[in-house]
Amino acid sequence: MTTITGICLLIVIIPLFLILYYTISKGINFINWDFFTQMPKPVGETGGGMANAIAGSVIMVGIGSLLGIPIGIMSGIYLAGKEGSWFASSVRFLTEVLNGIPSIVIGVVVYILLVIPMKRFSALAGGIALGILMIPLITRTTEEMIRLVPNSFREAGLGLGIPRWKTTLFIILPAAFKGIFTGILLSIARAVGETAPLLFTALGNRFWSTTLDQPIASMTVFIYDYSKAPFDDWNQQAWAAAFVLIVLVLLLNIIFRIVTRKTFTT
Amino acid sequence: MDQIITENTANKESSVKHSVQRMETVKLSAFFGKVQALKDISIKIPQNKVLAIIGPSGCGKSTFLRCLNRMHEEVGGKITGSVTLDGKDVMKTDPVNLRRKVGMVFQRANPFPTMSISQNVTAGLKLNGLRNKNKLKDIVEESLKKTGLWDEVKDSLDKPGNSISGGQQQRLCIARTLAVEPEVILMDEPASALDPISTAKIEELIHELKKKYTIVIVTHNMQQAARVSDNTAFFYMGELIEYSSTRQMFLSPEKKQTEDYITGRFG
Repeated sequence: MTTITGICLLIVIIPLFLILYYTISKGINFINWDFFTQMPKPVGETGGGMANAIAGSVIMVGIGSLLGIPIGIMSGIYLAGKEGSWFASSVRFLTEVLNGIPSIVIGVVVYILLVIPMKRFSALAGGIALGILMIPLITRTTEEMIRLVPNSFREAGLGLGIPRWKTTLFIILPAAFKGIFTGILLSIARAVGETAPLLFTALGNRFWSTTLDQPIASMTVFIYDYSKAPFDDWNQQAWAAAFVLIVLVLLLNIIFRIVTRKTFTT
Repeated sequence: MDQIITENTANKESSVKHSVQRMETVKLSAFFGKVQALKDISIKIPQNKVLAIIGPSGCGKSTFLRCLNRMHEEVGGKITGSVTLDGKDVMKTDPVNLRRKVGMVFQRANPFPTMSISQNVTAGLKLNGLRNKNKLKDIVEESLKKTGLWDEVKDSLDKPGNSISGGQQQRLCIARTLAVEPEVILMDEPASALDPISTAKIEELIHELKKKYTIVIVTHNMQQAARVSDNTAFFYMGELIEYSSTRQMFLSPEKKQTEDYITGRFG
């Protein structure tokens, strides 16, 4: 039995190590300061970087967070407070469904609802697609973390004559904060690594743009474009970008680990 | 209990020790869904006295307590009959204001874990808008002194509220309740999770507090009821079986059920 589970474990981690191995070995050589600070060079010129893609990813994840974090936290609070009601159960179920919807579908929906009426691809549409992607994850973590806070704290707050909303906001939420924070980190890690919803919404951009109603570059779309391009140095830059992205997601996960460890030891 | 029995067996004042009425329930019934937890309870709660509520588990004593500050409805319960504070119907009082006047201490010490000791004491005031730092500082000291905790924690006021011992935490919770300046304090088995020394401290504290406050305490421990209370009410199966002065209750209970319970024949 141990042998079988051991083999399964190997099968699980081999792809992970292969991914890490390839991205590191192929990408690390092309990482330099220019890669982070320079703009993409025109076809035929070597060098250049993905400064615009980094800025674009930051902007869109920022928009996504502005949308996803408050909505996610508030609906999580609502769900935690309403256990048995029909409406809450439906919302909880729909959140699960939303969490399972392929991200490209979210991209298509935002395309129809936002890109077509606005008649242009935009950073805003990309950010909103990422935000929709983040909501279910944050909602579920918030709900679960609030449920973990003993009811006695809520009762203590109410018993002191503190209004219900203040009890939730200043007593329950801080007690659940670390858990909610890790949920936010995970959802950001997921959003930053998404490509599909951005293809239909933000499109990508070879030039520097921080305007919200214009197409905008992002790291993932950069990788997508550069990896299928017929130029060797573009392919190499795609590896480098993949490497940067993986390091970023890894960092977010490490922060997540550190924060959760602290939560569960105290 | 021994102490009381040896004291004066001749005294058989059959009535409750009265003073000004602070709270009163008339035909109070409480429900959880269709289950009736309390049946027609009528009790007068006199000022500056300690009322102990005793009875076996599930007899409704905690529910009764939670009807007095409308915490019963927070778990989805309903009541019929009336509860009044100084003649005013509590069901027509804003629960937030009511709970500032009728404070509550819970069975398990539950200091807010994200707040320091001093923040715990001032939580009720700060979250209701008091901002004056000097005043808050004075209240911390005053409340902690009232609960005898000041000397033990005065050098660690900024440490987390749950970093002190269980008994200290419970006294911190009492200090937190006192800081809001309630008039009535409800205690739901405040010492049941504590060791004998911490229990003794809480009981001493109750003696001290009744000079200023009206106290209702639910307890499983009959010795404790005998030690700390002036009046005692015995609940059984959601009904008030007997309500009299503590002395009367423990020396010559009127009802057979009461006698059986306090002599340990059931429950």
